[in-house]
Amino acid sequence: MTDTVISIQNLDHYFGQGKLRKQVLFDINLEINAGEIIIMTGPSGSGKTTLLTLVGGLRSAQSGSLYVLGQELCGATARQLTKARRHHGYIFQAHNLHGSLTALQNVKMGLEVHRGIPTQEMKRLATEMLGAVGLADRVNYYPDDLSGGQKQRVAIARALVSQPKIVLADEPTAALDKKSGRDVVELMQNLAKEQGCTILLVTHDNRILDIADRIIYMEDGHLISDGVDATAKVE
Amino acid sequence: MIGFIKEFRRRTPLGWLQLSHEKGRLLVALSGIAFADVLMFMQLGFQTALYDSNTRLHRNLRTDIVLISPQARNLINMSTFSRRRLYQAADIPGVKSAEPMYANVVTWKNPQTRLETAVLVMGFNPDQPPFTLPEVNQQLDVIKLPDTVLFDRAARGDYQQAIAQIDAGKTVTTEIERRTITVGGLFKVGASFAADGNLITSDDNFLRLFPRRQASSVSLGLITTQPGYDPKQVAQSLKSYLGNDVKVLTHEEFVLFEENYWRVNTAIGFIFTLGVGMGFMVGVIIVYQVLSTDVNAHMKEYATFKAMGYRNFYLLGVVFEEAIILAVLGFIPGALVPLGLYHLTRNATNLPVYMTVARAVTVLIMTVIMCMISGAIATRKLQSADPADMF
Repeated sequence: MTDTVISIQNLDHYFGQGKLRKQVLFDINLEINAGEIIIMTGPSGSGKTTLLTLVGGLRSAQSGSLYVLGQELCGATARQLTKARRHHGYIFQAHNLHGSLTALQNVKMGLEVHRGIPTQEMKRLATEMLGAVGLADRVNYYPDDLSGGQKQRVAIARALVSQPKIVLADEPTAALDKKSGRDVVELMQNLAKEQGCTILLVTHDNRILDIADRIIYMEDGHLISDGVDATAKVE
Repeated sequence: MIGFIKEFRRRTPLGWLQLSHEKGRLLVALSGIAFADVLMFMQLGFQTALYDSNTRLHRNLRTDIVLISPQARNLINMSTFSRRRLYQAADIPGVKSAEPMYANVVTWKNPQTRLETAVLVMGFNPDQPPFTLPEVNQQLDVIKLPDTVLFDRAARGDYQQAIAQIDAGKTVTTEIERRTITVGGLFKVGASFAADGNLITSDDNFLRLFPRRQASSVSLGLITTQPGYDPKQVAQSLKSYLGNDVKVLTHEEFVLFEENYWRVNTAIGFIFTLGVGMGFMVGVIIVYQVLSTDVNAHMKEYATFKAMGYRNFYLLGVVFEEAIILAVLGFIPGALVPLGLYHLTRNATNLPVYMTVARAVTVLIMTVIMCMISGAIATRKLQSADPADMF
């Protein structure tokens, strides 16, 4: 049995106001099931990051229907969006770690947003998560003292520590070399499989397409192809 | 509420971590706040000292209730009222004694330079000494001698040699209203706005200096109450018993009466309040600079936190946390430095500048308010930490 975690129907999105108003997403229809790893790809400006931010609740959807984890995000209030964000992990192109916090404290921030977890428990979970991304010996390092790949792994730990149902990643390998990029993606893949979460990943990076269960190709705000033939198109 | 405290306790102290991670910036911020605090402390200190210096004599009176003429304006313009009022006052239950005191400004010749200057002369019955100044009370026999006065060694002007001579036991004479006066001894109170110095003598000597003053017209009535009576209540009874030609004040009110005169009739209050305000503004600007730089530097992180589901409220909390930490930490050096400066001022000017708990609390509260205002301005920038636009 497969659950649909993300269901998008007839989604349009516009930027700007009045005469400058410009449509960036056209009639997007997409269903994503629990546990799937989806890679979204396409040229720059094709609207894939916009779609990702809509799914992630970073922007409010304007028209159509956007069902994420059983909640309609189209027309949701700012407060509802903020709450919805707590249910998914977001991984950015840059690691965006807080420079004044150690790796452990950074990961802990991913838990603190959820109420009612005791301090000791948060510390234990964060330490375990850092162990899982292979940074057990870097727990008390500040981001400045970590390499690019290590930082991105801390960011992954931060996104996954609260065991979100959905992980959204925007070009997580763009700032990394081939090997650390590969490591990071495989790490995401393994952890996601363990926790049974869904990954929606935006990338230009052809080297990592093989981890996807499904590939979505976008161009000029249209969802061009979905599934196997998308792979052919990219290649 | 308990839930809130629980949440608070498990919260990462982000504001503190951010501040302490940037040691240099923290140091600059703290010295800025300390500077603003020092400014405020000095202005408030000077202000209080100036008021206090005008009421030193008042506060050294051994009295519970003071009677003055309704015409009285300040210590050198006391006008007079009838001594009979003092005898009447003795009728009121709770009144232990009611003693007259005479005060007037006189021009005397500086015994050292022979230049004329205005001093305040006070005369009282040496058998009922009204001052709590030990030096005066030890020399009551001296002022019983005709035309002999005690002189204020902290008077404003060139008196060093004369004081040295008196200290050496030599006789120093000078002139008041063509009478030759002997300066028989010294005490220490200090100059005020009203008079450059003070002379203390017996009531008999006072009346000799002012032949047109009569013993029956007194400048001040000093009333002591019997133990067990509340001076405020006795003063109330006196007010209703005595006529409208005297004003009844408790000792405290008498001090305030003088202070109030100088508050209204000089620009002291305005000048120093303005000084405090400027210190406050300097603080607001410095703290705002520090906080807004900090917010700008962490814009990406804040946007990330928003993307993770933290509310704007949480980030506001971080900025205000920083503001309060800065206020409290900056206040510590800001209160210590004035201790030294007050000491310096006391030595240099003889102004009674002391640190008081009340003033420290006032400045601490002002510092917190100052930092909160800066924090409130700095948080406006948080609005632009929008994760959707940043990534």
